[in-house]
Amino acid sequence: MYKYFPHTEDDLQAMLAKVGIDSLDALYAQIPESIRFQGDYQLPSAMSEMEVRRTFELLGAQNKRLTCFAGLGVYDHYTPSVIPSLLQRSEFLTSYTPYQAEISQGTLHYIFEYQSMMAELTGMDISNASMYDGTTACAEAMMMAVAAGKKQNKVLVSATVSPKTREVLDTYALHHGIELETIPAKDGITQLSIINFQLSIGNVAGVIVQQPNVYGIVEDYTGFAEACHEQKALLIMDSVAADLALLKTPGEWGADIAVGDGQSLGIPMLWGGPYVGYMCCTEKLIRKMPGRIVGMTKDNRDQRAFVLTLQAREQHIRRQKATSNICSNQSLMALWVTVYMSLMGRQGLKEAAQLSYAGAHYLCDELLKTGRFSLAYDKPFFNEFYVKYDGDVSTLYQRFIEAGILGGVRLEEGILFAVTEKRTKEEIDNLVKMAAL
Amino acid sequence: MNNRLYGNLIFELSKEGRKGYSLPKNNFGNYELPAEMKRAEDAALPECDELTVVRHYTNLSNNNFGVDTGFYPLGSCTMKYNPKINEEMAALPQFQNLHPQQPAETVVGARAIVAMLERSLCALTGLAHFTFKPYAGAHGELTGLMVIDNYHRSRGDLQRKKVIVPDSAHGTNPASAAVCGLEIVEVKSTQNGLVSLEDLERLVSLEGDSIAAMMMTNPNTLGLFETSIPAIAKLIHDCGGLMYYDGANLNPMLGACRPGDMGFDVMHINLHKTFSTPHGGGGPGAGPVGVREGLQDFFPVVSPYHGNFGVMMRALTYILSLGRENVKMVGPLATLNANYIKESLKDVYELPIDTTCCHEFVFDGLKDKSTGVTTMDVAKRLLDYGYHAPTIYFPLLFHESLMVEPTENESRETLDGFIAVMRQIAEEAKTDPELVKSAPHTTPIGRVDDVLAAKHPVTTYRQLQAE
Repeated sequence: MYKYFPHTEDDLQAMLAKVGIDSLDALYAQIPESIRFQGDYQLPSAMSEMEVRRTFELLGAQNKRLTCFAGLGVYDHYTPSVIPSLLQRSEFLTSYTPYQAEISQGTLHYIFEYQSMMAELTGMDISNASMYDGTTACAEAMMMAVAAGKKQNKVLVSATVSPKTREVLDTYALHHGIELETIPAKDGITQLSIINFQLSIGNVAGVIVQQPNVYGIVEDYTGFAEACHEQKALLIMDSVAADLALLKTPGEWGADIAVGDGQSLGIPMLWGGPYVGYMCCTEKLIRKMPGRIVGMTKDNRDQRAFVLTLQAREQHIRRQKATSNICSNQSLMALWVTVYMSLMGRQGLKEAAQLSYAGAHYLCDELLKTGRFSLAYDKPFFNEFYVKYDGDVSTLYQRFIEAGILGGVRLEEGILFAVTEKRTKEEIDNLVKMAAL
Repeated sequence: MNNRLYGNLIFELSKEGRKGYSLPKNNFGNYELPAEMKRAEDAALPECDELTVVRHYTNLSNNNFGVDTGFYPLGSCTMKYNPKINEEMAALPQFQNLHPQQPAETVVGARAIVAMLERSLCALTGLAHFTFKPYAGAHGELTGLMVIDNYHRSRGDLQRKKVIVPDSAHGTNPASAAVCGLEIVEVKSTQNGLVSLEDLERLVSLEGDSIAAMMMTNPNTLGLFETSIPAIAKLIHDCGGLMYYDGANLNPMLGACRPGDMGFDVMHINLHKTFSTPHGGGGPGAGPVGVREGLQDFFPVVSPYHGNFGVMMRALTYILSLGRENVKMVGPLATLNANYIKESLKDVYELPIDTTCCHEFVFDGLKDKSTGVTTMDVAKRLLDYGYHAPTIYFPLLFHESLMVEPTENESRETLDGFIAVMRQIAEEAKTDPELVKSAPHTTPIGRVDDVLAAKHPVTTYRQLQAE
């Protein structure tokens, strides 16, 4: 038998006898012959561990190693070596949703820490136990706003929200029967005056904005929450988690729901996932929030204990009355960012954000000095910025690739560059050299 | 697992001035975020040195139970062994650093992995195309229903909004339908625990024109194979609906039967169940959705990139390791293990439907109901003996459901040990019911006060401090 199957011939015979049949095949006697699968699957023959390893290494060698200046929601931050090592603790890795609190305190305990840290970072009252990623967290927030509202089914989305998020919002909205309306932007900034107009028409359950926005610009959201609340709409703010170490928080802007991706908290880019979405909200919305929540309680020995709580909100209880179908989330990735925030702490998270900020501004200044680039919008930005190039963008982008540089993300007619604390001065100078050619 | 509670929160270990990180110096000069854009106060995150962090999470892990700790017969969750080689392949540095926006010619290896996984899943399911965007099983369900909704919309069949599900369905099925803007219609089960063809015929004749799909698992949540599946598929197809396969129970079908051959048009697969990727305390999983030829044009954009690529790498590692020779043994061995436990315990536990099961089966509590010992009590007592509990109070068809799924990786000795303990608990229920009702006794914590947690929610450290 294969190494994952412990059955010896003797075991098989004894077990079949207990079941009262004489062959493994007889276990499936109830399946109609016409649909029974006979023969072999069209798959390769079994590989030894060495062959599997060789296959993956060869595949890996076919990827090109690039120095990353790309962002658009996914950033090349550093992963401290403690994290992958702790994450391989198989008591975490090979467990499931902590239904049995008595033997799952490890998981429940770190989720409580995760919720605490995310609430701190976003300046909100509470957090759920995690979502899939930032885009789906935003879609869940959109549906939550509609469910929390009194029959309103329209949600306004700023034109400065990432197109990656918008695409996912569009999908969910179409099927869920939500009307999405774009808030136009001017000079790369969401227009409050237009929101006021759109809100005044009525039927709006929520307003979605992004901070920093798709162009990396830090927008001034003064007055947005008041405008929303006046018309009984919720303000949803989507942010890159790591940037909140320095930025004015969704809580400070008066947001009702804060969502976004936690990938920036030390999770490797890994070609798109797994990451972790976060969702935080004000205390009064707690019973409307999707996903799992861990709460503190006591056990019958009077010890402090943690447990899944407020489950009446969840899909398995509400079934067809549910407003979200999320059940398992990204628990292990929540642990990832929890360990990250524990290591970085109050100071480290700020320092890393400050380094990213400084590196991005240095790169921007150097690119402008070449005389070939201009900032599309002259607005304050964080660690990502959007420039126009006076030559052919495709040629430039290809030149970067050939030099081993992922020179940003092409967006509309320009380029969106991102810098993290991982980028050295040499790497940035090298990019600028290539850009100036 | 350590049975002494480790109770500190990381915040309680924090001391101002300690740090657990090292960052390079700033060589870029003085760039400062404008003050009006800064947060007023720092996020109150802990300040700890590196070893404190490492010990803290290591100690926490010791209060957790995983598949590597012991037998985890959690029904419907397929808690199989998570091979170590999978982890190593998913951590290869040549993949870790790939940005999802890289040009295609720089990610040839990554794309090859997706293509190989898609070919493998097609071979194993009999479907033609997969999308890997869904991040989890429930996300896959939603995606699959969106495919179906998109298909009907494309044909102008806008009134097809009803989805038939068996009354034994997973809770996510109706919830996914609701999120997708579809309406659930329940079809009854027969005495034998299978979909009632009679009731289905009634529904189809009543609602035929408004049926978007029928959504089911096969084997169903009782672990029973729906033998009428060809007739069910025909009924649904004839009225213009599509067949959706909830892949949560795919494991016993490896080597036995393919969803495509059963007549299903759309399905999702839980890679974290059937294809051995770790459950991670509740994610990340992956829920790729497969469709019959022609339906791939209706895949929706439910996530921005390539799904949980790291999970996909693990699943492919598993498939390549097993190969065609071994993958077909998965279903039969999982099925044998389940039937072996069922046959060994059905004299003391109530087996409502006594027939051959697939990978799992459901007891309706203890046979002797006079002791007052419930399924919850049995589950908690199992923890004392070093086992994870089965799934309890699901499916909703019985009052005392106890759903056992052993997987193919467990040895006869492990199963015999579990059987002996289950019999012991049945005995204890008679001789010392209080012992069972007050279990667990040896775990880091005892039974928790759920009511207190819900009535007075404390969900962050800040709230805890304010107490």
